[in-house]
Order: sequence, then C-alpha cells, then structure tokens
Amino acid sequence: MQPETENTSTGPMPAGKTLSDEDTLLRVRGLQKVYQTDAGPIEAVRDLTFDLGRGELACLVGPSGSGKTTLLKCIAGLMNVTSGEVILDGQEVTGPPKRMAVVFQEYGRSLFPWLRVDSNVELPLKNAGIDKAQRRELVQEALEAVGLDHVPRSYPWQLSGGMQQRVAIARAIAYQPEVLLMDEPFAAVDAQTRADLEDLIRSVWKKLGVTILFVTHDIDESVYLGQRVIMLSSSPTVIQDDIDIDLPAERTQLETRSAPRFTELRHHVYEQIQAAKQGFRPDGD
Amino acid sequence: MSIFNRVISPVLALVALPILLIGAWWIYTLNSTSFFVPEPVGLVETFISTWITGERLTADVLPSLRRLGMGLALAIVLGILLGLLIGLNRTVRALTEPVFEFFRALPPPVLIPVLMLLIGVGNTMQVAVIVSGCIWPILLNTIEGVRGIDPVQSETSRSYGISGFSRVRYQILPAAAPPIMAGVRQSLSIALILMVISEMFATSSGLGFTIVQFQRSFAIPEMWSGIAVLGIIGVTLSFIFQFVERRVLRWYHGLKEVENAA
Repeated sequence: MQPETENTSTGPMPAGKTLSDEDTLLRVRGLQKVYQTDAGPIEAVRDLTFDLGRGELACLVGPSGSGKTTLLKCIAGLMNVTSGEVILDGQEVTGPPKRMAVVFQEYGRSLFPWLRVDSNVELPLKNAGIDKAQRRELVQEALEAVGLDHVPRSYPWQLSGGMQQRVAIARAIAYQPEVLLMDEPFAAVDAQTRADLEDLIRSVWKKLGVTILFVTHDIDESVYLGQRVIMLSSSPTVIQDDIDIDLPAERTQLETRSAPRFTELRHHVYEQIQAAKQGFRPDGD
Repeated sequence: MSIFNRVISPVLALVALPILLIGAWWIYTLNSTSFFVPEPVGLVETFISTWITGERLTADVLPSLRRLGMGLALAIVLGILLGLLIGLNRTVRALTEPVFEFFRALPPPVLIPVLMLLIGVGNTMQVAVIVSGCIWPILLNTIEGVRGIDPVQSETSRSYGISGFSRVRYQILPAAAPPIMAGVRQSLSIALILMVISEMFATSSGLGFTIVQFQRSFAIPEMWSGIAVLGIIGVTLSFIFQFVERRVLRWYHGLKEVENAA
C-alpha cells in the first residue's frame, strides 16, 4: 500500500517526499537544530523536510555525525527544535507525544535493571493508568511477538544483548504507539542476532501496522528493512536523497540480499552516502 | 548440597572466631585478680542479673532503642527527601553543596550543648543529636545517586511519559538505591555512637547514662556488661540492615556479578 507521492521540491533546499494531508502521520518541516556551546553555536541539523505516511516503514541513513540522533530526539520531543516544526497527526510536537515510542541504541541503559522483563514492559502501561487485566494481556502479547514469553521473570541483565533489545522492542510495542522511532537499535549486537532482529522488525511492522522510522548507519540494513530510504548529508544536515525501495514485501535475508534489485538499490544508497561523506551537498553549500 | 554446606558451615564460620576469642579470654583471666579486668563467667552472670532479670531492660534499654530508632528513621526519611529535592534541581544543588560540606565537617557531639539550649533537655534533644549526625551520609549519597542517574534511563522515562512523582517512584528512587543504602549503612554506626554520647548529658535514663553511672560508682562488672549490650545492639542493627539490603538491592548485586564475570 504505497501512498501517492507528490514531489514538491519547489524551494531552494532539496526536500524529502511530502504527502497529502490524509496520508501523512508525521510531518517534519524545515527542522533546524543549533546547539549552543561554550565554543559558539554548532549547527547539527540545517533544514529537513519530509513526511512519513501512515503505516510506513522508513529508514533514515547517513554518515556518522550527520545528526541522525539529533533529528530523532527532535521528532521524539526529547529535544527542542531551533526552528521548523514536527507535526504528529495534525498536532505539533513540543514534548514526548503519547502515541510515540522510542527504542534506543543502548538497550542496557534504557531498560530498568531493578525490574524483571515483564515489569519493564508493563511499567509504561501502569504509568498510563491501564487496568491490570489489560496490562497483563498487552505484556503477554508483546513478549510473544518478540519471542520472549519464556523469560518474563528474568532480569534484563541476565539476558544476552540481542534478547535485551527484544525486551526494549516489546516494551515499545506493548505501549501501542502509532509511531515507533528506532535509533540504531542493532548497532551493538552481533551480525547474526542482527539479522534475526531485522526480520523481527519486519514481522512486527506487518502484524501491528505501526509506522516505523528506523535510523541506522548500515546501508544494507536500510535497504533490506525499509519501504523507503531517506539519506542525510553530512553535518549540517539536509536531505541528500529520498528513494522508494521497490523490493517485494516478503523479504528473506538470503534471497532478498542476493536479488539484483537489492544490489542496485544498495549501490545507489552507497553512492549517495559516499558523496555526502566527501562533502557533496544537494544545497550546493 | 548437603546440610553441612547449607547450614552448619555458615553457622560455624559465624561463631568460630568468637568462641576462640572467648576461650583465650577465659584462660587469660583464670588467675587474674584485677577488679578492672572482667572474666567471662562473671560477666555473663552480671549481664543476666543487670539487664535481663533487673528493671534496666525497660528503664534504660528500651528508651535508648526508641531514641535510636526514631533518630535513624527521621534521618533516613529527611535525608532521602532532601536529597531528592536537591539532587533533582541544579540551582538548589549549587547553592547548598558548599554549606553542607561545612555542616558535615562539624562533629555532632559539639552540638549537644547548643541543642540543649535550643530544644531543651529530653528525648527530643537526643533524637535531634542522632539526626544531626546521621543525616549527612544519607543526604549526600542520595544527592550523588540522583545526580549519577543514567541520562538514557531518564530519556526513556520521558519518552514514555513517566514524569513527576511517578518518575521518582519508578525510576529515581530505585536507580539511586545503591548509594542511598551505602549511606544508611554508614549512618547506623554513627547513630549508635551519638545515642550513647547524647545520653551522657543531662539525662536520667538510657544506656549511655547507665554506663557512666556504673563507671562513676565503681560498678566495673556492670559497666562491662553495659558495653556488651551496646555491642549486641550494634550487631543486631547490622544484621537487620544486611537482611533489608539484600532484598532491596538484589538486582544490583546480581547485575554487578554479571558485569564482573564479563
């Protein structure tokens, strides 16, 4: 289900894809973030504009230091923007929105070590005032979805890194968000676990119909996972390119990754990232 | 695991050294005639007649324990509350920290005459002395614990809308519990010392008072037995603390074990 896209790169700045009102869930307009430091202001993000469609799975990829995490924190309402706006479902984001969940890269620091696995997943629901019976159901479903329903009474630190990140994902989906933001969630796990977790994200996304914005520095991962890949320039960040990934919806690590189309798309993204690293900027700066 | 490993071995480890020491002490005092050196059998007899069959248990031990308990409880509650308040607010922290270092450096016994003048003589003064000494390790450790909280943890709380009182309850307090418990442990021994010292001034009951009385009236065996009571209170306090600590910080000890093994 691909929303109709209308490219409106009318301004001087190159922009990501924008969508019509009814298709859009998340709207980012002219987002700029300047850090005030003792050594003077640092412009991390210059000008970002793109829309995220309802139910879309988009990957955001860029060279290291391209302000990916900054952008994500601005969207999550964890950081104020310097100018521009983020609009979720018609409402401007000024603090962390209710219908949004974030999965952080540092799973070991994001899970609460004093709570067991099921309590970690349950805590946001408890805080939101959901009644006990429903909480138990949501926790159970979420743990089943990530394949961890056999260890609810373990502590997170008793589990492997990949399993801990699954707990964090379970916590996010039990919260029933409309948008799931993921900040390089698999950067700290080994390659095989990583492949499993990628497939987990695709299956959760298909099952729950949640909108996902997945930040990564891994080009292969972005092409394998996403319906769409948004590429960022080097800092101060603008959008380098924004492409649709026209791979079949059913993807497997073995076949998809060896498909000729996968190689082409990967090639394209790789070239754009290389260009960004060498300082080519679409805004000609 | 056999019964020996599970029950007998730890009990043996617990009592082996005390038995050895008491044995050595007993042999050493067999031929002693000094009035000032206690001998074990006599001390046990004095201990029973003074503290268990006599009236001192209710007249002196219980009032002392009450002061100790109240002082400790107040110090823990106040220390944690103030610590949260200060730890969570950068401005308050900057304003209060240098002042705290000053007050912390004051030995609490010097406050006794001042507190006697301000509060008057009696229970309140003694509890105040205990609080004034015990609060510092708890307060400063709570501030440190709150300040040392992982920013990723805090961002997680924020992104899930866990804020205000809920955040204190579900994130801040558990996260800061390890340093807070370390502070409480330090304050236990301070509390016992201050309990005794505060009872040496302008009081007519309590362990500190009684021990000084015995000393002044040359009731030396009774004095030694009073010191033994203090030791027993100290050991009991530390056992209770260890029991609570092991439950509250189970996750923390497990986490450390995993981290050290890696």
